Amino acid sequence: MAKIRGAIVVDVERCKGCSLCVVACPSSVIALAKEVNGKGYNYAYMVNPDACTGCVNCAIVCPDTVISVYKVKADAVA
Amino acid sequence: MDVKDIIKEENLVYSKSKVLTDTIMHYCPGCTHGVVHKVIAEVIEELGIQDKTIGVSPVGCAVFAYNYLDIDWQEAAHGRAPALATAINRLYPDKYVFTYQGDGDLASIGTAEIIHACNRGENIVVIFINNGIYGMTGGQMAPTTLIDMPTSTTPYGRKVDLNGYPLKITDLVAQLPGTCFVTRHSAHTPAAVRKLKKAVTKAFQNTRRKKGVSFIEVVSTCNSGWKLSPVESNNWMVEHMFPYYPLGDMKDE
Ligand SMILES: Cc1ncc(C[n+]2csc(CCOP(=O)(O)OP(=O)(O)O)c2C)c(N)n1
Ligand code: SF4
Ligand code: SF4
Ligand code: SF4
Ligand SMILES: [Mg+2]
Repeated sequence: MAKIRGAIVVDVERCKGCSLCVVACPSSVIALAKEVNGKGYNYAYMVNPDACTGCVNCAIVCPDTVISVYKVKADAVA
Repeated sequence: MDVKDIIKEENLVYSKSKVLTDTIMHYCPGCTHGVVHKVIAEVIEELGIQDKTIGVSPVGCAVFAYNYLDIDWQEAAHGRAPALATAINRLYPDKYVFTYQGDGDLASIGTAEIIHACNRGENIVVIFINNGIYGMTGGQMAPTTLIDMPTSTTPYGRKVDLNGYPLKITDLVAQLPGTCFVTRHSAHTPAAVRKLKKAVTKAFQNTRRKKGVSFIEVVSTCNSGWKLSPVESNNWMVEHMFPYYPLGDMKDE
C-alpha cells in the first residue's frame, strides 16, 4: 500500500526559532536545534523525519516562510 | 525511504511565494505580521495580479511592508492609508488596492479616515492587524487593548474608569452601507491561516464587483509587547482576545 512520506527543508540562516512550526506539526516531526544559526537563533529541524507526512502545516504558519515541503508516495520510489 | 529521496524538485509541495521578496523581515520571531504578509503574497500570486496590485503600508511595525511584497506600494502618514488608497483607486480603478494597518494606525489616529473610506464605499481591501497594542513604539495601550491587559502605559492593566472600553471598530464599520464584506480572522494555526487566505482572496475579488470596502480584521499577537513567547502569545490570544473579538463574518454581501 502506498504510504505518504514527507520531508521539510528549513532555510536555517533565516529561521528565527519562534517554535510556531513545532506546535503546528501534528506528527511531532520538528524540534529546535541545540545549536544556533548566525543570528543566534535555535533553528528548526526534523528531529523525527520518518513521521513527516508533507502536510505543509508547519510551512503555512511560519512567519518567515523559511520552510519548504516535499511529499511523495513511498512505493513510487524504489 | 531516505529523506534525500523525498527532497527532490518534483516532490516539492510548498515553497515561498514569488511575490515575497528575499529580504529578511525585521519582525520579532513569531510575529503575526509575517504570516499575514505571506498570505497576502500567496493570494496575489494565485490571482495573477502582481502587476495590478498597489498596497498602502502604515506607520507601525508594518511600516516596511513595502520591502517584503514585490508589488507597487505607497507609504502613508500615520492612519491615513484609507485616504491614500482612496486616491490611488480613483486614479487607477482597474488596480487592486489594499491598505495594511495596525490597530494603533487604524483604530486610533486613523479613525476618521477608515470610517469615512468605509462609509464612502471605496473599492479597496483593508487588512487590519489587531494585536491590542502599539507594537512598534514599545507596547503602549491602544484603543483595542483589553480591559485589565497590562501595557507599558497601563502597567496595572487597562481600567475602564480611566481608559474607557476596548474599541470594536470592525463591528462599527460593519454597520456602514459602504462595506460589503467584513470579517474577523486569526493566523495562529494552519486551519486559521487557510480560512484567512480564503477571506483575503474573496476580498481582492470583491474589488471587481464595485460594492465597497472589504474589511478583514486579523486578531494577532505582539509577543514582544505582550512579554510572552510566540507560542504563549497565541495561547493568550485564544483565551483573552477571542472572547472579546470573536472570529467570523459580520457581513458578506
Ligand atoms: C503622527 C504620528 N504620531 C505618532 C507616531 C508614533 N507611532 C509610531 S507607530 C505607532 C503605533 C503603532 O501601533 P499599531 O498601528 O498598532 O502597529 P503595530 O506596531 O502594533 O503593528 C505610533 C503611535 C508617529 N509615527 N506619527
Ligand atoms: S516557524 Fe519558521 S521561523 Fe519559526 S522556528 Fe519554525 S522554521 Fe523557524
Ligand atoms: S509537513 Fe506536516 S508532518 Fe511534516 S514537519 Fe511539517 S507539519 Fe510536520
Ligand atoms: S514589536 Fe510586536 S508587532 Fe512589532 S514586530 Fe515585534 S512582535 Fe511584531
Ligand atoms: Mg498594534
